[in-house]
Amino acid sequence: MKTNGGAALIKALELEGVDVMFGLPGGAILPVYDPIIDSPIRHILVRHEQGAGHMAEGYAHATGRPGVAMVTSGPAATNIVTPLADAYMDSVPMVVITGQVGTAGIGTDAFQEVDTVGITRSITKHNELVTRAQDIPRIIREAFHIATTGRPGPVLIDIPKDLVDPTNPNSALDWYWPESVDLPGYNPRLDGDPELIEAAARLILAAERPVLYAGGGILKARAAEALLALAEMLDIPVVTTLMARGAMPDDHPLCLGMPGMHGNYTAVTAMQESDLLIALGSRFDDRVTGKLDGFAANAKIIHVDIDPAELGKVRRPDVGITGDCRLVITEMINALKILGGADKQPDRSAWKSTISGWQEKFPLTYVQSEPGDLLKPQFVLEQLRDNTPDDCIVASGVGQHQMWTAQYWKFNHPYTWINSGGLGTMGFAVPAAIGAKVGRPDRMVWAVDGDGCFQMTAQELVTAAAERIPVKIAILNNAYLGMVRQWQEMFYEERYSEVYLSPDLPDYKMWAESMGCVGMRVESPEDVLPAIQRANEVDDRPVVIDFRTDAREKVFPMVPSGKSNSDIVVGPEDY
Amino acid sequence: MNTNPGVARHHIISVLVENKPGVLARVSGLFARRGYNIFSLAVAPTDDDRRSRITIVVDVESAPLEQIVKQLDKLINVLRIDELAPGDAVERELLLATVESPQATRQGFAVQVEVAGARILDAGADTVTVSLEGTPDELDRFAILLATHPVVALQRTGRVALPKIG
Ligand SMILES: Cc1ncc(C[n+]2csc(CCOP(=O)(O)OP(=O)(O)O)c2C)c(N)n1
Ligand SMILES: [Mg+2]
Repeated sequence: MKTNGGAALIKALELEGVDVMFGLPGGAILPVYDPIIDSPIRHILVRHEQGAGHMAEGYAHATGRPGVAMVTSGPAATNIVTPLADAYMDSVPMVVITGQVGTAGIGTDAFQEVDTVGITRSITKHNELVTRAQDIPRIIREAFHIATTGRPGPVLIDIPKDLVDPTNPNSALDWYWPESVDLPGYNPRLDGDPELIEAAARLILAAERPVLYAGGGILKARAAEALLALAEMLDIPVVTTLMARGAMPDDHPLCLGMPGMHGNYTAVTAMQESDLLIALGSRFDDRVTGKLDGFAANAKIIHVDIDPAELGKVRRPDVGITGDCRLVITEMINALKILGGADKQPDRSAWKSTISGWQEKFPLTYVQSEPGDLLKPQFVLEQLRDNTPDDCIVASGVGQHQMWTAQYWKFNHPYTWINSGGLGTMGFAVPAAIGAKVGRPDRMVWAVDGDGCFQMTAQELVTAAAERIPVKIAILNNAYLGMVRQWQEMFYEERYSEVYLSPDLPDYKMWAESMGCVGMRVESPEDVLPAIQRANEVDDRPVVIDFRTDAREKVFPMVPSGKSNSDIVVGPEDY
Repeated sequence: MNTNPGVARHHIISVLVENKPGVLARVSGLFARRGYNIFSLAVAPTDDDRRSRITIVVDVESAPLEQIVKQLDKLINVLRIDELAPGDAVERELLLATVESPQATRQGFAVQVEVAGARILDAGADTVTVSLEGTPDELDRFAILLATHPVVALQRTGRVALPKIG
């Protein structure tokens, strides 16, 4: 069948099962926007290309399916660089299609030309400049394969205009659909080496103070059930990193919650005092380890990751296993059973009671606000947590509000927490929440955002209103770039430099209303719950609540940057 | 002049890649990103022209190199990587140099060239172009010898290497 590159691209996306894509047209990609009119794929027209990228990420986080974004060349391609970097850092499956100037114009500084493939080379799992229309079906097939298998990640395909423009002879091709992909240099290993798995099992059965250190890879591998089975089989406590919140239910007695710079005392200290860390799809990020020298100094390490480059990158494992977390954990459970299972373990009651002692002694705490004072952000989060469905999806921006959400929310289901961990991208929340809601229309989706973050991508609420995507946004409006303010307060002698934003410039309620959303403002504790309840009832448009929160509130516990996790600061009274 | 990188930190990496645009940029980018200098680089298609072999000599500590090699391995277009210990590899490199060689002393120079196993490829009134194929050490020694004459231009290919069989 004779076809053209543009039609072939859309058909290839349909065959890949794409049901929705996020994008914004322009010169170089124009010919591809024509066949979209006749395609069953839903296209969501964003207001800024960064929004398209984060929506695709939010969609992928919530559904496990690859998010797809399509934008034009030049400034549109550079606008989507941040989401690509974000998806790369957090291993989010995503396919981004960028238009490019015509083949003859490449390299001539043509209008809206940038070297997109060059710019994005180090922030994509793979990228490719298409040079022949005939390659389009194969390249799209490969792009989805690469994005979704092994360690997931973003793939960018850059397509020159002449290859998709039906009036240009360069766009002509004979349609085909490859049965399979042929990528000789790409063979992710899925099953673990049995000998290493047995070695790991022996270490686990000998350990006196083991901790399961679960990272985002658990969610990517759809291994939450396997993790639960392993933890329960051996009665081993689990910490869930920022990227793994929800991988183990927070209300499970073995779940210790989040470790790291703003982790809770028990999670941080259990890792620190352990004699065996079983790292599963986690990568010893500097925000988790603190000063590396002093990190879990007496612990042996089992490290399981699908990406062999993670093994030994930061901390040399005693047993390093390359493989898919779900398969490896399942194999590990079998190996443990063969070795005698839980009965062969030492008595760990002392370790368990040490841990529960920490939990009792060092819970997360804050002091409720005095009448007339601004809201405590933690209080707002508790109210939101307790008055939304258990499987509500929560997205967040980056800053104090993100850390409080990660700390105070009870994540009892996988894929309910969506945030920007590795890159720490302000402005992630609103578009990511929209993408999540598009992917999971059956779920309630809230974004907890900062006032600073909100101002970076709020325009996507216009997209949400126009497309009737009823997300709900809770702005924890402390009138500050709060996280930066916290560092200036603690480490720069309260010299506040360029962090004040103002509580009512802009007027968030009016701004929300002007974007077609329901807007509310809440200033006192008794108004928090009614506002949340009202928001929960709105189902035909987005809702924005401007919660006026206390700027003096800081995120604790905190391991100060560069310090060891043993120097954890529990609360404001001890730094 | 010793053009060898520090012995302990000298590594030869042989990377078999798909012969496609941009692959060299992907490979070299992993070194550039970390601020490591590539000491020499040789690239050409193999017997199968869909593939190229890139031979890279770098001056890096072993630990960061291990990470770079793992990252290289993640590149979709990279098919295979061999790290060649200098003792376990057959290495060759080619040197071309144009040096000043006045007619009066040309005869003596020609003898030196021959003794070194090099060849005269081209000769003019005052200059001569010579070539030597050999191990990097042989080329180093030859370059020192050449330096006793004013050198107009000198170019080395960077080494190519394959694992030793015997
Ligand atoms: C794009 C971007 N720019 C700058 C930063 C640095 N940064 C981290 S948190 C933060 C403050 C965020 O302010 P806000 O959204 O109001 O959240 P808060 O900390 O007050 O809860 C800044 C500026 C960043 N992470 N991302
Ligand atoms: Mg703020």
